Amino acid sequence: MPAVEIRKRIVTVEDIFHEGGPRPGAPYRRAAILSVIKNPFAGRYVEDILGFSDDLKPLGLEMAHALIAALGGDPKAIQGYGKGAIVGSGGEIEHGALWHAPGGYGMREALGGAKAIVPSAKKVAGAGARLDVPITHIDASYVRSHFDSIEIGVVDGPRADEIVLALAMTTGARVHNRAGGLKASEIKGQDGLR
Amino acid sequence: MKANIRKIVTFVEETRSEMGRAVEPPTRRAAALAVIENPYAGRYVEDLSELIDIGEELGALLAERAVAALGIVGSEAQSYGKAAAVGENGELEHAAAILHPKLGAPVRKALGKGAALIPSSKKRGAPGVALDVPLGHKDAAFVRSHFDGMEVRVADAPRANEIVVAVAITDSGRPHPRVGGLKHSEIKGEDGLR
Repeated sequence: MPAVEIRKRIVTVEDIFHEGGPRPGAPYRRAAILSVIKNPFAGRYVEDILGFSDDLKPLGLEMAHALIAALGGDPKAIQGYGKGAIVGSGGEIEHGALWHAPGGYGMREALGGAKAIVPSAKKVAGAGARLDVPITHIDASYVRSHFDSIEIGVVDGPRADEIVLALAMTTGARVHNRAGGLKASEIKGQDGLR
Repeated sequence: MKANIRKIVTFVEETRSEMGRAVEPPTRRAAALAVIENPYAGRYVEDLSELIDIGEELGALLAERAVAALGIVGSEAQSYGKAAAVGENGELEHAAAILHPKLGAPVRKALGKGAALIPSSKKRGAPGVALDVPLGHKDAAFVRSHFDGMEVRVADAPRANEIVVAVAITDSGRPHPRVGGLKHSEIKGEDGLR
């Protein structure tokens, strides 16, 4: 399988102090890391692509560590996560699906274990396309206060023969969360759901 | 702090290859953006001094954030730029009040120097509007390899009564510069031009 060729890396961090309501003691933080890589399968149909998912594992882990570092460096501070991919127009949606395992397990490993499924979004699109990456609680998908998303994109990517790979993490609940549901303080954190 | 800041967003972008050719060392640029309340939204106010003072505060804060995001010391910065997007209930003049009278001095202080004009752009727009922040060499505006621009945006800002303020800082010029002109290594850096 071909080596992973990275053209560009982008890290974005949002510190959210308030949204018109009372300010929490510490800002809610939401961040994403993006790698623009070459799509080794662009322009043709390739049946056997699964090996590339393994090739992406070191990148997934490295991106997860870099994202935690951008949020202050403490894995225990991370409460929500998500992932996404934008495949350039010379590729297929299936190529984006190769990110599910390396992106998800990279974050779990860097976080020292996380029970919930990593929510994800992906699409085939042109350079500059925006993607709303969904975010949920790392140990219990039903925690309502932690349902969120972060919009990501790269102005000049993905080119037709590229893929944008994204990971997202947050440090807590939405800044003025008050829509009820399962609370983070109430979870069992065993089945990844509640 | 005079400014009512809702959110601070930072971006770091690292280009590792271009047209398949490695960029060594990678070019890196960062932008820090603050989303603030526009104290003059919805009415005509003659004296814009509050926004002028806010510009001074934000110059220091955003330059510090951008430098920190790059992981460099201020003196290692090579180029800079600034921009603002005013929400629909504000005037372009509000962006001018933030950007032009007082924002520059604290930016230069954070970088140790900055003989050149800080290139700028401004617009009025809706949430998610893209800002193209122009970039120019911080000590010699004619350095051709450092003429560049960085597109940034915040998905949920500016709301009608808000302003997005951006400061961009790099530690390098464009990847693979080869259109001649004054070089970074040739500048005197005294008059801000050459």
